[in-house]
Amino acid sequence: MYDADNLATAGTPTMSLAEAAAAAGGDSFVTIAYLVAAVLFIMSLGGLSKQETAGRGNMYGIVGMILALGVAIFSAEVNRYGILAIAMIPALIGGSWLAVRVKMTEMPQLVALLHSFVGIAAVLVGFASFLDPHGGMTPAELTVHQIEVYIGICIGAITFTGSVIACLKLHGALSGKPLMLPARHLLNLVGLVITVLLGIWFLSSEATSTGVVLLVIATILTGVLGAHLVAAIGGADMPVVVSMLNSYSGWAAAAAGFMLGNDLLIITGALVGSSGAILSYIMCRGMNRSFVSVILGGFGTAEGTVSVATEGAQGDVIKISADDTADEMRSARSVVIVPGYGMAVAQAQHALAEVTRKLRDADITVRFAIHPVAGRLPGHMNVLLAEAGIPYDIVLEMDEINDDLPNTDLVLVIGANDIVNPDAEDNPNSPIAGMPVLQVWKSRMVVVMKRSMATGYAGVENPLFFKENTRMLFGDARDNTDAMLGGLRGS
Amino acid sequence: MKVGIPREVDPLERRVAAVPQSIRKLRDMGFEILVERSAGQGAEFTDDQYTEVGATIVNDTAIWSESDLIIKVKPPTPDEVAMMQEGTCIVSFIQPADNTELLEALAAKKATVIGMDCVPRITRAQKMDALSAMAGVAGYRAVIEAAHAYPRYFAGQMTAAGRVDPAKILIIGGGVAGLAALGTARGLGAIVRAFDTRLAVKEQVESLGGEFLELDFEESGEGEGGYAKVMSDAFLEAEMALFAQQAIDVDIIITTAIIPGREAPTLITAGMVESMKEGSVIVDVAAEKGGNCALTVANEKIVHHGVTVIGYTDLVSRMSILSSRLYASTLIKMIEEMGGAEDFTIDRENDVVRGALVMEQGEITWPPPRVEEVKPPPYAKDYGSRPMPDSEADEAAAREAAATGGMWKALGLIGAILLALVIGFWAPMSFVEHFTVFVLACFIGWQVVWNVSPALHTPLMSVTNAISGIIILGGMLHLSTTATTAAIVFGAFAVFFATINISGGFLVTRRMLAMFRK
Repeated sequence: MYDADNLATAGTPTMSLAEAAAAAGGDSFVTIAYLVAAVLFIMSLGGLSKQETAGRGNMYGIVGMILALGVAIFSAEVNRYGILAIAMIPALIGGSWLAVRVKMTEMPQLVALLHSFVGIAAVLVGFASFLDPHGGMTPAELTVHQIEVYIGICIGAITFTGSVIACLKLHGALSGKPLMLPARHLLNLVGLVITVLLGIWFLSSEATSTGVVLLVIATILTGVLGAHLVAAIGGADMPVVVSMLNSYSGWAAAAAGFMLGNDLLIITGALVGSSGAILSYIMCRGMNRSFVSVILGGFGTAEGTVSVATEGAQGDVIKISADDTADEMRSARSVVIVPGYGMAVAQAQHALAEVTRKLRDADITVRFAIHPVAGRLPGHMNVLLAEAGIPYDIVLEMDEINDDLPNTDLVLVIGANDIVNPDAEDNPNSPIAGMPVLQVWKSRMVVVMKRSMATGYAGVENPLFFKENTRMLFGDARDNTDAMLGGLRGS
Repeated sequence: MKVGIPREVDPLERRVAAVPQSIRKLRDMGFEILVERSAGQGAEFTDDQYTEVGATIVNDTAIWSESDLIIKVKPPTPDEVAMMQEGTCIVSFIQPADNTELLEALAAKKATVIGMDCVPRITRAQKMDALSAMAGVAGYRAVIEAAHAYPRYFAGQMTAAGRVDPAKILIIGGGVAGLAALGTARGLGAIVRAFDTRLAVKEQVESLGGEFLELDFEESGEGEGGYAKVMSDAFLEAEMALFAQQAIDVDIIITTAIIPGREAPTLITAGMVESMKEGSVIVDVAAEKGGNCALTVANEKIVHHGVTVIGYTDLVSRMSILSSRLYASTLIKMIEEMGGAEDFTIDRENDVVRGALVMEQGEITWPPPRVEEVKPPPYAKDYGSRPMPDSEADEAAAREAAATGGMWKALGLIGAILLALVIGFWAPMSFVEHFTVFVLACFIGWQVVWNVSPALHTPLMSVTNAISGIIILGGMLHLSTTATTAAIVFGAFAVFFATINISGGFLVTRRMLAMFRK
């Protein structure tokens, strides 16, 4: 405890600063500082709308955070600096270490992990808030406070366990396959009903000890519920899950804000919550599926198999070698590359960037087409391509590039399947019918890089592979991209 | 295993069965490659180009006596068969129906023969369909020869010196050659009409911008394997009447009508030729099989009554660089299908190999047993033929869904308003103040985030991770003001986790954003 004591004494002179601040305006000063921080957070999100202003947006967020924390730390309400330092300093180091060390392909896991931290923090704040003596409240205020605590803890617990499961799935520590318990919808429903009933019991309980026990039971119950909800959702639906958990983490923070009566927390929570909700909505629209159907999970298991059986044999695919692909690229005037999760798995983005540079040096137009749900995280592909040094102005969204595909000489599909499936448009009986897809088959030639002929996540056959202008390049995406690069260099 | 590529002996044959590109593939498959001296001459490939990619240049006797596998273009001549060692496998065009003597000679040598002209017309074998590949070239060249001989423009023009009408072209036979000719002629700006006994061709003709001529007659000429069949007499009469009428009108006729294993039908009589305009051109792509025009002389360009009749049988050879490459590619696909050098086998269970197999170890296996064609599921067709009422029903369903959706939205809004009123009636003032802030913040967040570019969704998430670390305030306050040890511990842990979020979130966002550059 030596260090802590030291820090605590080191903090003493600043106490007078806080006192000065309190003398200068006290509560109003803190409130205004929080308001400024809230505005900075809004500007931060606003800044992230464009690449040009994104860096500035992040700075706004940092400044807002430092302001809010500085004011909070030096305010009269915070005093146990020793404990604060013990809690904060290792976390600062740990967080920075994580941020510096994480590979860009591991971003989905990191984001999910950070969601879980917000969730667990909300649970902890909820318990602390309940255990804190709260005198001076009217009975109505007390009831509202109890409700806030209960809801905050429940949302926090769901966010925490859900995010942990999502993180493990994304990391590959858990299978990406959906966990299909029998009667899982009923289980969820029963869990929800019991949670509500427990909540009513909790509100009517007088003794703190009963309250704590009920809260612990509710935490465990909602924790299991959160884990089960996410376990039932398969790998490629992860963009929705991660954005949904992002949203939950916001609501959990907002609930904590209600418990404390802190507007900054409420505003921030609401911002994050709605941001996550929008992302979830965009992801669902990208798959043409309702939010509810994604959340209920189990996609691509039941309906998918039926469709496979009806399509049956579709003829033969035409294979191509990496060298020939390089030849085709060299003789093309415009090339569009469609990356998918397979590119991330094979870590092929750097070799691909090199291929892109070679082609651009040869005056061949190269562009990337990104489907909204490519990868496991909203915007995942963009980050990977940016990491590999691919200029962002040649990385286009689906809507921007679809009209150009008929005039494209060569489309290279790397580790993507469902997002380029013509059945989504042509076959009304397909499970993915109506999903917006990249119309790669309209180009002069499509080269599909794929490990094998296995179906995509949705379990649907892809007639693209059997089209006359499609060539299949089987094998590891990384090895093949390297071979292509060799072919391009050899010229 | 040694594969030999002989020089084609037919003086009109300029193609070669392997080009340097395909030699590389053969080598990768594990073959040892022998190429006859100046085999590629007709297609402008030098011997050096072949040796560069690993082939050995030898003379004709070495080719025929040393190779285990011979790939070539034309059926082997008696001289070549004589040089051949016993048990050799030959892959080339064979035309078994017309070459019974050749088959006997080959049988005597216990040869195994794969006829590239016998590849079954099934979807899976398209990449080995040498006939179609060659027919496409022939169709193109036929138009080019016609344009060369035709003393006027193809495209219509309005010039200062007067108006020039576009050429009118009649294409008979809508197979691969006919369609290639149609596309080429359209490309040159001519008006193109096409006729085929198979009504299925109509759609393809029209999709290429041609006009499909129809007889007022009920009979489809779709024969086995997608080729045309022999039609009834009444049909032929109607057909001839159509041609006679067209001959007066059109400037150029390109005939591509072939029925497998038969002489080409005579469709353009001498009278029709004479009825054509001065300067008109007929290109008879079927010249090798006797020709569709009565006046056709094989390998000659004759002029009769001012009408040029072209009967070149080497249209494909006149494009030898391209056609060699295409043919070589179909050969490679066939050899791949047969297992390459290591597992080279004649697998009679394989429907493509069985279809093309003319002879195995001297035993004649042609014609192959009939195989039911496995049709690919017609995606486009299914979709195209989806009855209209269906889509109307879909639309109605969509409207209904939109209506119920609207109803749900309205109900949701009413519910939200009622809930808000209930809260207002019952909740204490302090809560209502915070609730106001909360609702407004939701709307602000909603407005702000909609503008975020999809490329920045990941950084957006990590920034929201960081700012939701503001929950640290909750931890801080509880850790400070409370007297309960448990609350202090909980608060401290909350601070710990939230701090990881703050530092981790902002730093990783910074790292990501630094990577985005133009």
